[in-house]
Amino acid sequence: MEERKSLHDPVLEVEDLGVQFILENETINAVNDISFKLRKGHTLGFVGETGAGKTTTALALLRLVPHPGKVESKKIEVCGHEVTAMTSSQLEKYRGNDVAMIFQDPMTSLNPVFTVGQQIADSIMLHQNVTSAEAKARAEQMLELVGISANRAGEYPHQFSGGMKQRVVIAIALACNPEVLIADEPTTALDVTIQAQVLNLMKKLRDDRRMSMIMITHSLGIVADICDEVAVMYAGRIVETGTLVEVFNHTKHPYTEGLFNSLPNILNRSAKLKPIPGLMPDPSNLPVGCSFAPRCKYAGPDCTCAQPKAHWFSDTHMVACAAYQREGFAIDRPEKK
Amino acid sequence: MSNMILEVKDLKKHFKTSRGMLHAVDGVSFSIEKGKTIGIVGESGCGKTTLGRTILRLVEPTSGEIMLEGKNITKLSRGEMKKIRKDLQIIFQDPFSSLDPRNTISQTLTEVIKVNRIRSGKQEIKNRVLELMETVGLSERLMNTYPHELDGGRRQRIGIARALAMEPKLIVCDEPVSALDVSIQAQILNLLQGLQENLKLSYVFITHDLAVVNHFANEIAVMYLGQIVEKAPTEELFNNPLHPYTQALLSAIPIPEVLEKRPQILLKGEITSPINPKDECRFANRCLHDYRECRQHNPILREVSPNHFVACFKV
Repeated sequence: MEERKSLHDPVLEVEDLGVQFILENETINAVNDISFKLRKGHTLGFVGETGAGKTTTALALLRLVPHPGKVESKKIEVCGHEVTAMTSSQLEKYRGNDVAMIFQDPMTSLNPVFTVGQQIADSIMLHQNVTSAEAKARAEQMLELVGISANRAGEYPHQFSGGMKQRVVIAIALACNPEVLIADEPTTALDVTIQAQVLNLMKKLRDDRRMSMIMITHSLGIVADICDEVAVMYAGRIVETGTLVEVFNHTKHPYTEGLFNSLPNILNRSAKLKPIPGLMPDPSNLPVGCSFAPRCKYAGPDCTCAQPKAHWFSDTHMVACAAYQREGFAIDRPEKK
Repeated sequence: MSNMILEVKDLKKHFKTSRGMLHAVDGVSFSIEKGKTIGIVGESGCGKTTLGRTILRLVEPTSGEIMLEGKNITKLSRGEMKKIRKDLQIIFQDPFSSLDPRNTISQTLTEVIKVNRIRSGKQEIKNRVLELMETVGLSERLMNTYPHELDGGRRQRIGIARALAMEPKLIVCDEPVSALDVSIQAQILNLLQGLQENLKLSYVFITHDLAVVNHFANEIAVMYLGQIVEKAPTEELFNNPLHPYTQALLSAIPIPEVLEKRPQILLKGEITSPINPKDECRFANRCLHDYRECRQHNPILREVSPNHFVACFKV
């Protein structure tokens, strides 16, 4: 565990990433100028609501943004390679080998007409120079690793439950020992007790293999459970980022505060839910100023004229909120130790 | 007992399948006082949705009794049931599929009012529609919009308005917020809570998320494979969970706080099949304490302290 934290070189670095979808009569700004780093062995959580641009960001890292998406960036560097400059054969090697992704819905990410063992073996054979017998043996090892007995390798996805399918998906993703694992809401489709099993498995595998991870989720509870760093996304922008303790205990952005207040917390059951009024702005028609200003209780005239600048509270803790230009500004959420 | 809005006694719903009898709801009993909420909590496949639908007789029960304000509605004819349904409404999980895509908000609400003859006269119906929209926090200008033009939160508000149109006494809320984002989820939960206070509604609140019901429910029943395994007032259930399944469920809830490692109870395996269950504790396969007697009988729900019921041999 200690060793995991001590490695500081970033395995993934993104600068000014933007993704637009240009349609006939409108342009959807899904991701707007975001920058972040992922350190080796660390887990970075992307939190936000539907439409915040979390998944699109992840797809951009794999160059999987679907047509008519347009990706612009200064830098998307993963394990020392610039992703935007890769040829399609390089991409083929890169995906799955350097970076693997787990999608939200295990029911649709497996092929129903192949056995699970075959699907894991396929991924191994694509990236490594092994015979099919070796790949098959490795596939069985992978199944054991994720807690499924090897003799089920010959079964089809429909013979597995949701939690088991997600384990198979994890086995496929990890089969080639990727440096970075991107997990896009891996447990949203699962029940809580199964979610706990899968998250524990992911934590264990991550620590054993010193893997770096990007965890996309809408649940602050999962972030607290598994992440070292957090990036809070809103309307395609990172509005607050920092270490887990900075974002959770020294929350600075009004939107992050709003998320905490609208969440039922079983440790503080008497607290009344305080929802964030209104809705996220339409990504095809984002306001000139801060996207959160229309819903923000602290918004002033300084918030609506221009994009808020990044305000750094420490080397790691960044908040994009113009209110911090005001003297003595603080949000209502109390700081914790 | 006149204070009870709903009493459910030994309710069963079995479905015939090619592999045998599927015991979706298997002997569930509970009651709700007027103006109160019971939370029905459990994971997918535990029978909570079937239970909700059986209470409304949208699914016919196999056996058991449903008493609404002391009146047995289990055997009522279709015509008689139609009158009763005014008092008994449901809000569905998915606001995307539970609304007619070809009807505007006002058409959806007008239809309910007309069909059930709750108001008559064009103007009066329109007034009622506007009143309902205001109650659930939809602005008047949305009157002629179609469901696809609205976001999930607003659609769920229409679902709530449609249920309220009947002026019900009891609403079955079947996962009303699980398809919504957290900030919207809180808006809907607060709306439901406000409505309860103003209209003296009673709720059967079905959810998989224990954290959601803690704000709401006066009492919680935890279901596992068609049966209630633990039932207690909300505070008691959270502070003193006795059934191993409830304990595991509570410990599996991710908490949005930076905490020292908390003890987590990880369950083995997954929910077993509800088809032809054996006469043994249905949770035994996943339980941390698997005693011999757990395999010999299915434990019955018994009161271990005032109002706290548990079905477990170990307790």
